[in-house]
Amino acid sequence: MSDLLRLATAGSVDDGKSTLVGRLLYDTKSVLADQIDAVTRASVDKGLSTPDLSLLVDGLRAEREQGITIDVAYRYFATPRRSFVLADTPGHVQYTRNTVSGASTAQLVILLVDARKGVIEQTRRHAAVLALLGVPKLVLAVNKVDLIGGDEPSEQAQQAAAAKVFAEISAEFSHLTRTLGWSDEDVLEIPVSALRGDNIATRSDKTPYYSGPSLIEHLESVPVDADNSGTHAVGLRFPVQYVIRPRTPEYPDYRGYAGQIAAGSVAPGDEVVVLPSGIRTTIERIDTPDGELAVAQAGRSVTLVLADDVDISRGDTIASPGDAPEPLDTFDATVCWLGDKPLHPGARLLLKHGTRTTQAIVGALTERFDEQRLAAEPNPDSLALNDIGRISVRVAEPIAADDYRANRHTGSFLLIDPAGGNTLAAGLVGDVLTAVEVGTT
Amino acid sequence: MTEATITERSVGLSDFDTLAALESEAIHIFREVAGEFERPVILFSGGKDSTVLLHLALKAFWPAPLPFALLHVDTGHNLPEVLDFRDRVVEKYGLRLHVASVEDYLGDGRLTERPDGIRNPLQTVPLLDSIGANRFDAVFGGGRRDEERSRAKERIFSLRNAFGQWDPKRQRPELWNLYNGRHAPGEHVRVFPLSNWTELDIWRYIARENVELATIYYAHQRPVYQRDGMWMTPGVWGGPRDGEVLETRSVRYRTVGDGSTTGAILSDAADNEAILAEVAASRLTERGATRGDDRVSEAAMEDRKREGYF
Repeated sequence: MSDLLRLATAGSVDDGKSTLVGRLLYDTKSVLADQIDAVTRASVDKGLSTPDLSLLVDGLRAEREQGITIDVAYRYFATPRRSFVLADTPGHVQYTRNTVSGASTAQLVILLVDARKGVIEQTRRHAAVLALLGVPKLVLAVNKVDLIGGDEPSEQAQQAAAAKVFAEISAEFSHLTRTLGWSDEDVLEIPVSALRGDNIATRSDKTPYYSGPSLIEHLESVPVDADNSGTHAVGLRFPVQYVIRPRTPEYPDYRGYAGQIAAGSVAPGDEVVVLPSGIRTTIERIDTPDGELAVAQAGRSVTLVLADDVDISRGDTIASPGDAPEPLDTFDATVCWLGDKPLHPGARLLLKHGTRTTQAIVGALTERFDEQRLAAEPNPDSLALNDIGRISVRVAEPIAADDYRANRHTGSFLLIDPAGGNTLAAGLVGDVLTAVEVGTT
Repeated sequence: MTEATITERSVGLSDFDTLAALESEAIHIFREVAGEFERPVILFSGGKDSTVLLHLALKAFWPAPLPFALLHVDTGHNLPEVLDFRDRVVEKYGLRLHVASVEDYLGDGRLTERPDGIRNPLQTVPLLDSIGANRFDAVFGGGRRDEERSRAKERIFSLRNAFGQWDPKRQRPELWNLYNGRHAPGEHVRVFPLSNWTELDIWRYIARENVELATIYYAHQRPVYQRDGMWMTPGVWGGPRDGEVLETRSVRYRTVGDGSTTGAILSDAADNEAILAEVAASRLTERGATRGDDRVSEAAMEDRKREGYF
């Protein structure tokens, strides 16, 4: 089991994400005395009687003014069983691009809903985005369960009402995630109260209708792939980042190709193909400053020394010949549009895939995805901020891409504004959208 | 390649643990910057984070020499051991060092000493001037997201405008491990390869890699006086004041900053193992324990970052 889990939160405004994250930090004893003191002081200043745990995470002036989360924040906590990197993302519709940021590297996402509101438009939107991005595991935290059934005459009746609400929300969410392509074992619904700490670190006796693990128990034990590539279906993919040529008296003729293995693994003696040129050669050595490696796998930064003196530069990909991707100069992709100005056909942009940045022209916009209906409308005129759609792209230099569903690292790209330099789109190579629409991922 | 061989190889590679993953991520970031920028520079203060940063940078380009220079913003209030360490590191690896001196700015009137004598905030102007004068387009820093709430919001590649300012509402989305380093002339990008490291990760890595640090990180006998619950070293920045008593105690520093605002903690931890145990057991953050500058207001760090500070 991996000792590190990368996770993200998602959900809509005011459903208690920051409180949940504050609670996770607090219950894992990741909050130190001076931080608690600062939050207690600030809570007293605001006239609150108990420390507002959301203040542990909402650190920007504008966030504290408005009581909302504006930007992704990264938090670190650990239990004896696992370390966690958590991307705490904003829920406001305006900041969906930050949810995409946080979720693009997540192995698990905690989606929050307010038990009083259930699955709402924003839940469906977020679930669709998470499905597109190929997030492997999902938790639905049904928050504020302590506020359900308050009108009932007895505690028993309150719990019965809460149980009914939780069952209904769970059923609706299961249906949604199944439609979006997750299998049941990858999705868990948990009734929680972030405010009271119910079912966060320990199982609560206030939710007898729920028999599953607490949130932290689940996070500690959920199985995930260490390299977070999505699948192991592809062989070696090594985007060449930088050519190491010391030209020093000690290493006059050294030439190594530096990069981080994006998929698969590599060992000395392996035959490889260089893309897009198609030249074949053999791995002579895997160098690191700590010595040579007998084998290196996805995620590791290494330097490859090749048997032949071939022409390779930054942007090229070294791949296993058996399943090497065909370099593409025109391809279909799904994009989450993150730019303030809409995308129109014919736009001239930059595309960054792996270590290659090349000019790109957007061809036809073939679909715009409606997250509410989970269906596409054909041939839109444009894609606006936060729209998800399908486009065709032509690039000046071919890219060695896999389908995003085969590998998150080699199937993803950015579209960048050549003038201002801003990131305009998160791109996924292949027919990801159709898979989400019909639920076959 | 068949699926069977891939699976076979994936087994038994458990040495790729959290520290190895963080190291690979940092090395990847260094190489991306080397591949995409014209004139990067590493901010080096002689502290533990920038020492680890330099250690990773040297690894990223081995066996080639480091393709970046170092930049130190010298407030004039540094502890002498730290400056000594800085110069020894530069010498040892044959590095190029730029120094931006706050003292020079105070000397010719471009900056004015603050009433409280704290010089940390005064670093911003010499830093930005040096970035401009040297046309640095990428500036590596050892900032970690676990240090402070507004640092937790920082991207790994963080665009700064021509005034060196950070605008948290206008940050670029950072997707997968595809870093966007595009910037207009005059703008620069701050790069934080240690973003995902915690203080404990840093110390575990220092112990594992046997990274040499400035001696002030290890417990030693030192004449100190107490102020605001911190143990301060007397120096050119003044102190002890009336009522503050100089006494020799066993202390160590948890962070390196200005001598006037950074305090030591009482400690007997004289080696990496003892420090790891001490950090793991501490009920205070490193900044909460020993950094006066973060106590100014609820958003002190954010305000300084907006001005161009790291």
